[in-house]
Amino acid sequence: MWAYIAKRLLLAIPVVLGVAFVVFAMVRVIPGDPAQIMAGEAATEEFVEAIRKDMGLDRPLLTQFASFVGNALRGDFGRSVRSKAPVTIELRARIPNTISLTIAGLVVAVAVGVSAGVISAIRPYSLIDAAVMLVALAGLSMPVFWSGLMLILVFAVWLGWLPAVGTDTPVHLILPAVTLGMATAAIIARMTRSSMLEVLRSDYIRTARAKGLAEQSVINRHAFRNALIPVITVVGLQMGTLLSGAVLTESVFAWPGIGRLLVEGILTRDYPLVQASVLVVALAFVLVNLFVDLLYAVVDPRIHYE
Amino acid sequence: MATAESVAPAAPERPTRTRARMVWTQFRRSRAGLIGLGILVLFLFSGLFASRLAPRDPYEIMLESGLKKPSAEYWLGQDELGRDLLSRIIYGARLSMVIGVIAVAIGVGFGVPIGALSGYFGGWADLLTQRVIDIMLAFPGILLAIVLVAVLGVGLPQVMVAVGIVSIPTYARLVRGQVLAMRSQEFVDAARALGATSSRIIWRHVLPNTLAVIIVQSTLQFASAILAAAALGFLGLGAQPPAAEWGSMLSNARQYIRLAPHSVMFPGVAIMLTVLGFNLLGDAVRDALDPRMRI
Repeated sequence: MWAYIAKRLLLAIPVVLGVAFVVFAMVRVIPGDPAQIMAGEAATEEFVEAIRKDMGLDRPLLTQFASFVGNALRGDFGRSVRSKAPVTIELRARIPNTISLTIAGLVVAVAVGVSAGVISAIRPYSLIDAAVMLVALAGLSMPVFWSGLMLILVFAVWLGWLPAVGTDTPVHLILPAVTLGMATAAIIARMTRSSMLEVLRSDYIRTARAKGLAEQSVINRHAFRNALIPVITVVGLQMGTLLSGAVLTESVFAWPGIGRLLVEGILTRDYPLVQASVLVVALAFVLVNLFVDLLYAVVDPRIHYE
Repeated sequence: MATAESVAPAAPERPTRTRARMVWTQFRRSRAGLIGLGILVLFLFSGLFASRLAPRDPYEIMLESGLKKPSAEYWLGQDELGRDLLSRIIYGARLSMVIGVIAVAIGVGFGVPIGALSGYFGGWADLLTQRVIDIMLAFPGILLAIVLVAVLGVGLPQVMVAVGIVSIPTYARLVRGQVLAMRSQEFVDAARALGATSSRIIWRHVLPNTLAVIIVQSTLQFASAILAAAALGFLGLGAQPPAAEWGSMLSNARQYIRLAPHSVMFPGVAIMLTVLGFNLLGDAVRDALDPRMRI
């Protein structure tokens, strides 16, 4: 088990370095002077020179990259072209908002998806099953930015039950979280249904029923836990969808998260902001995937013996 | 009187024609697949004949009738500049078709050869390629496309290229897996023994056997490309005004959501139906091509 964990951690290092290199290289690939790009079009000559010295553009590429990684590890991503404030300050303000939105979206996705999948599986080929799967299919096909707008239209504009923008109270998180979690809930529902149906056909379930156990007991104590293993895999695979969905959801609800910071940075050519935002989101994705892999190994002991 | 010709058995059908017929018969059994095919036909029809189907010029501005609701004259209503929404959605289908074709072409054009060469030759080339793919896949979903747009610049051509590049790792991984499985099979050994070069073995023998998975993946990738381009358009990074692209139409309409909900509803329905159609079609094609699904 520890050998498996160590192996996965070691394998993650080159990927993390690779991600850092892509972020480092992106500014150098854009046509033009990288120092001018980082300083902004309106920057003075002195400021551009200071940036050029700070980036070490006259040094070998590998030295520049090492310097970039060193600065990133210290949390130094330079200054925003627009606000002139250190990028780290902007990130610190935004990261918690993205984390809260992503976690809320995940909670919605798992709660709704697993429940719907189980209900569908214990009444297979019924009207309920057909309805759940149809809604799941629709949820899968809806673009997240459109479903967010539709939720705003129904719940904020027409019914007036929930606020469309703002972050003051937990109630403000409901619509963004539901928007973000919907597509993932649909995938989880389909996977849970499929997994439960397979488990319910197993010999040990037949034995449990033959022993006279109540159906509720059979489902809760035997079927559900075993059906969850592939569902955990799917949840892990969907973390990327949730993270990238957060970028779009933040734009729909004007949620002050890191995704919105990234898009604003691109539109205003604020490349220090763009670099920092991309690096943080990509690294978060790598770490979350690593965590899910390790969690999967804990839940299913067969994994780390492979 | 029986003749040699009349008692001679009929010549066997060509295998490809029989297989194609079997796949089509299996596909036709899927109601969802037929619905997907119907939606796809509607989408293609709209895209190809947009100029004939659209009742009006999609770029014609009529400020005095901005945000008008659906009516007998304007079936889906008008946007903030008075442009006919139905015409813009039909032209949006054409734009989406182009986006899908270019994105899939880039993905297949680069991803398939990379995967094939990586899987067939193995060794350091495979190791290096797979690490590069790992790094590309380390960026979640749309983030890599956003990074590429940040480098290439904002605009529809840049979005098509970005979305195409993002799909390369998926094709490469898929084809590599298939090629790895086939590399040690007897028909490859036989071809090698007969003196075929590696290039010939890959292009004439191995790759044709990966066609099924490439077709299924391309169907699903077409939908992903349209969705990704719409998302980038919604964020303001894709098609710029006055282009009739569904995502940027939603982006422009969102500020009028209270006054004109129709301007937000219909472009989204178009995206949803198109993606649904491709997903249904892709699933049905995959099932039809899977020999285990045949009864």
